[in-house]
Amino acid sequence: MNSLAAKRRHPGAVLVVLFMGLCLTGVIYSVVGSAATAGAAPKAASSTEVDHGRQLFIEGCSSCHGIGAQGTQNAPTLVGVGAAAVDFQVSTGRMPLAAPGGQAERKPPLYTDEQISNLAAFIATLGPGPEIPSASDLNFINADLAEGGDLFRTNCAQCHNFAGSGGALSNGQYAPNLRQATPRQIYEAMLTGPQAMPVFANTTITPQDKQKILKYVTYLQTSPNPGGQDLGRLGPVTESLALFTIGFGALIAVSIWIGARAK
Amino acid sequence: MSSNGHGIEPTDNGVSAHKSDDLAPVEDQHVAHPPRRTDIDPRAERRAEHQVATMFGLAGLTAIVSVVAFVAIDPDRLIYVPVIGETSANNVVFGATFGLSMFLIGAGAIHWARQLMPAQEVVAERHDLTSDPADRADAIAVYQEGADGSGFAQRKIIRRSLLGAMALFPLPLLIILRGLGPKVMDPQVLGETIWKRNEPIVTDPTSRKLRPQDIPVGGLVNAVPESLKEIEEREGTLNARAKAGLILVRLTPGEIRSQQGDGWDYQGILAFSKICTHVGCPISLYEQRTHHLLCPCHQSTFDLADSGSVVFGPARRHLPQLPITVDAEGYLVAASGFQEPIGPSFWERSS
Repeated sequence: MNSLAAKRRHPGAVLVVLFMGLCLTGVIYSVVGSAATAGAAPKAASSTEVDHGRQLFIEGCSSCHGIGAQGTQNAPTLVGVGAAAVDFQVSTGRMPLAAPGGQAERKPPLYTDEQISNLAAFIATLGPGPEIPSASDLNFINADLAEGGDLFRTNCAQCHNFAGSGGALSNGQYAPNLRQATPRQIYEAMLTGPQAMPVFANTTITPQDKQKILKYVTYLQTSPNPGGQDLGRLGPVTESLALFTIGFGALIAVSIWIGARAK
Repeated sequence: MSSNGHGIEPTDNGVSAHKSDDLAPVEDQHVAHPPRRTDIDPRAERRAEHQVATMFGLAGLTAIVSVVAFVAIDPDRLIYVPVIGETSANNVVFGATFGLSMFLIGAGAIHWARQLMPAQEVVAERHDLTSDPADRADAIAVYQEGADGSGFAQRKIIRRSLLGAMALFPLPLLIILRGLGPKVMDPQVLGETIWKRNEPIVTDPTSRKLRPQDIPVGGLVNAVPESLKEIEEREGTLNARAKAGLILVRLTPGEIRSQQGDGWDYQGILAFSKICTHVGCPISLYEQRTHHLLCPCHQSTFDLADSGSVVFGPARRHLPQLPITVDAEGYLVAASGFQEPIGPSFWERSS
């Protein structure tokens, strides 16, 4: 203990304490976060769930979407958007919006899984719309990965990038990267077409084809990267930036050493 | 002769010479560099010698390690490396040791030069660029001898045929430029696609026919003609696909401000060529709220609710629209082929 106390004024001590603090924060956050998101399995909506959902809606959503979810000049109507749209928007943390603007950003969800399913149940009663995909819809274990890649490159890659890294749209909007998206959220996004994204209904991309896409995106998310640092998988922009700064910087440093006069 | 004010005056043979009192001899101008530690301390010299030898030795050792690593480490084995992330152990160890080996050879050589090789400056005198008169006279004599021997002046027929050949030689170089200009070509090659009246519209790449009710408002479908598959198999090329790519979008009929022809939509479903009119990139970045279609190559933006007109970017022509309808069974089909050539400009294009 004395030896530790003696080293507390060492210049590196600040860094060590900072690192330990960050580690501790990370551990606490992951424990608390996983406890909060381990929610109940979806089940058929009962009237109490709808009532609870209505209550949550009036408290948290109605200031923009209107008391009857009919929409206002600040926000669209939610009549007929379906449970899938609510589940997607709220479980990805996009709704409630942090601030009005071009793009709703992904952030930690504000509601628990149970609250989200109640909200979804309430919105579903307002008009027919896409339902939350079932467990069998999301079972992509036997889907064909290569065909999923074909479908992804034809229908998704133009905005979300060939590796699912996302990309820019107009007026501050962007197609988000797909690294954190769960299979259920991806399925729901295709069904409902959130924000600038077009709708890819089950009639244009069948549930079987959607499962192939889920398989491919999951593969992109989980496949190892033997090449090391991927620089965001954005292609030549970040790659040349790294080359120009790190590569040329090292060359300049070595050149200075070669040219300097020895002592 | 008086001084010209620059401390330099012409000498008899016309070459400028320095005035000895203005400019000191080169060696006297030197800033005396302090000697290096290795110049005065034999122990420092020995240490530097050992350092260089150590670098060369390590370079050899790391080269051997890199060979061993390449053979011994399973290429599928992953390790976590800070900053780089999860990556192949084989790549990391081979690359690091081989790179270090190369670097140490270079670093050892530089260290050797900086610490142990002589460090005084030397002056390399420039010589006159002009050859001396005897050499010049010799060269002229050799040339003259060759020219006389060739008989260029006497042998008229050879001289004239050579001049003729030299005059005609550039013609092939000029004529190949003609290939860049307009030419007589089957207008179908660039001007027409395989879309025709009653051609079924199918999804790409899954080749399923579509009914109007399959496409929701806000929906986007990447589509191709049904006959494409057969044509691709027959031709074995992607030429037909490169021209026939189509996108279908559905708007509420009230959102459509204008179209390229009356009733070219089907209940709010619009069909546009997928090929950008700027330089022909396939485009399907569709923002369903603004009905804008963005080209990823040069950011041309087309407003599909307003005849596919250009709202931004380098494209200068609207995106061609395909008139569509349904067949007797209720499937979406083309009402006709494209009414104008799709894609970027070409010489033979009339508009």
